[in-house]
Amino acid sequence: MSMDRRRFLEVAGLSALVVAGKRGFDALTDGGRAEGATERRPAARWAMVIDLRKCVNDRGCTDCIAACDRAHNVPHFDERAHEVKWIWREPFEKAFADHGSPYTEDAFKSKSLPVLCNHCDNPPCVRVCPVKATWKRDDGIVMMDYHRCIGCRYCMAACPYGARSFNWLDPRPRVKELNPDFPTRTKGVVEMCNFCEERLAKGRAPACVEACGEQALVFGNLHDPGSEVRRLLRTRHAIRRKPELGTGPNVYYLV
Amino acid sequence: MVALEKALVGNRRYWTWIGALLVVIALGVLSYLRQLQFGLGITGLSRDVTWGLYIAQFTFLVGVAASAVVVVLPYYLHNYRAFGKITILGEFLAISAVTMCLLFIFVDMGQPGRVLNVLLYPTPDSIMFWDMVVLSGYLLLNAVIGGITLGAERKDVPPPRWILPVIILSIPWAVSIHTVTAFLYSGLPGRHLWLTALLAPRFLASAFASGPALLILLTMVVRRLARFDPGQEAIQKLSLIVTYTMIINVFFVLMEVFTVFYSQIPEPMSHFQFLFVGLDGHAPLVPWMWASMALAVISLVLLITPRYRANERLLAVACVMVFASLWIDKGMGLIVGGFVPSPLGHVTPYVPTLPEVSITLAIWAVGVLMLTVLYKMALAVREELA
Repeated sequence: MSMDRRRFLEVAGLSALVVAGKRGFDALTDGGRAEGATERRPAARWAMVIDLRKCVNDRGCTDCIAACDRAHNVPHFDERAHEVKWIWREPFEKAFADHGSPYTEDAFKSKSLPVLCNHCDNPPCVRVCPVKATWKRDDGIVMMDYHRCIGCRYCMAACPYGARSFNWLDPRPRVKELNPDFPTRTKGVVEMCNFCEERLAKGRAPACVEACGEQALVFGNLHDPGSEVRRLLRTRHAIRRKPELGTGPNVYYLV
Repeated sequence: MVALEKALVGNRRYWTWIGALLVVIALGVLSYLRQLQFGLGITGLSRDVTWGLYIAQFTFLVGVAASAVVVVLPYYLHNYRAFGKITILGEFLAISAVTMCLLFIFVDMGQPGRVLNVLLYPTPDSIMFWDMVVLSGYLLLNAVIGGITLGAERKDVPPPRWILPVIILSIPWAVSIHTVTAFLYSGLPGRHLWLTALLAPRFLASAFASGPALLILLTMVVRRLARFDPGQEAIQKLSLIVTYTMIINVFFVLMEVFTVFYSQIPEPMSHFQFLFVGLDGHAPLVPWMWASMALAVISLVLLITPRYRANERLLAVACVMVFASLWIDKGMGLIVGGFVPSPLGHVTPYVPTLPEVSITLAIWAVGVLMLTVLYKMALAVREELA
């Protein structure tokens, strides 16, 4: 009897291994095929340019943040630990720790500015996700599948911009006014800015860009030489957060 | 499994022990059900410190699991007879440790019902995918090896020949589990405490110190509780291994400290500052880190001095110190220290909550329960033959 049981366990274990191995092999070969497929030049490469001369974030303006929160059912938690943020304010010296000097004016150092997911060309969060719940589209947008995410938070450890949030508690009761056109999330999954892909699909600009009364936020296609973002990047000095890490961030700040 | 019935007989003390472990496990299960209902917000974790006590235990225990190789390698590759009696103890320790690792990962998941997505959507780009592959492979290897060798021993026959290549395979596999676990951390841009090629070697050195230290303590306990003598030579040889690996581990840590502080690059330094002196008025880990350092130094004095090392009482003290020192350093120190300060420079303190501690204790109790049952089986088979 005990021999039978052992035999069964051996066979069951072996079969499980074969199935897992097959899937792993498929994934490897799929990866090879996908690389060849992306050789064609994608039509768009979305990017955002934030003009810090125009932005009045440090004077208490949170229009872009409020618009984003409304559009995406971003919950509001009182405890800092449980915060969920897609676009939020950060002091200049935190967002750009390596810029500025001891002689930079205090007013500038503490100037706050909006930060969000950089939709990197080479996103570490995508690289580390064990289930492909987060991936990069051909147009550069880093996407998130709330239904596949297992909540391991490896992507949060990998993101050098702190752009990702985890739903430590059920977010639904904490959404101020529900937008029925966008999904709410469940507890235990990660989320972050999606560059308003749901609006881009309808030909509209991201909610934050549309909400900015100062027109400090400009959104556009980097592959289009005539686009507004390209014009700004050609004529003004732009900086990006931590480009030295090789992530290729696509949110530019005009200083 | 072979000889499981041996674990079902025991004296009053045995059953009291099992009962106590079951109580700890039951309390942990209750806490876990609460966590399942409320979400991971029940822990002390936050947006800035996203991994804590659970992942710290996981990281430390991968090392304990890998350490079986220090008895398996000399015995099977070099035919070092003195380890003959304790090899099975090392393998069973590995089984319990890997099981705890998997449980710690599981309780850390935000969506535990979806963990099989790792198999449904295998992602070779992700180190976590590989970590799961090597950990479950290692569990399987040790379960097969332990089962087959103990089964053969029970029938008083030599183990089948085919098991030897499996045992040989388990040796590099043990190294792989800890290397891959180090890669989980050391390949992340913007996490400066972890972004060092020395992490995997450091993990291995500390593993081969903490694991054998625990094995020495376990053999000492087993010797008192059962008619089992691992032999003076085995314990002394293990203590020599602990001595060397602990020296190498401390050496590696000092290498890290030199590079970080002589180069004076602010970001890597800030993590060490948070750990050892505190940052922005937050210093929750400072006493722990200094305790870890002190334990490491005292244990090295006891281990390096031949007279002290030969004294089993002092050796036991040294082993407890090695284990505790590395549990702090490679657990909470490494994991929480890696998250503070955050990539944006924010200092967010992290303190585990009561439910979190209860779940952690329960998983340790599961590991100890497994170890108790497995050791009981192994020793009962031995006693039968004696």
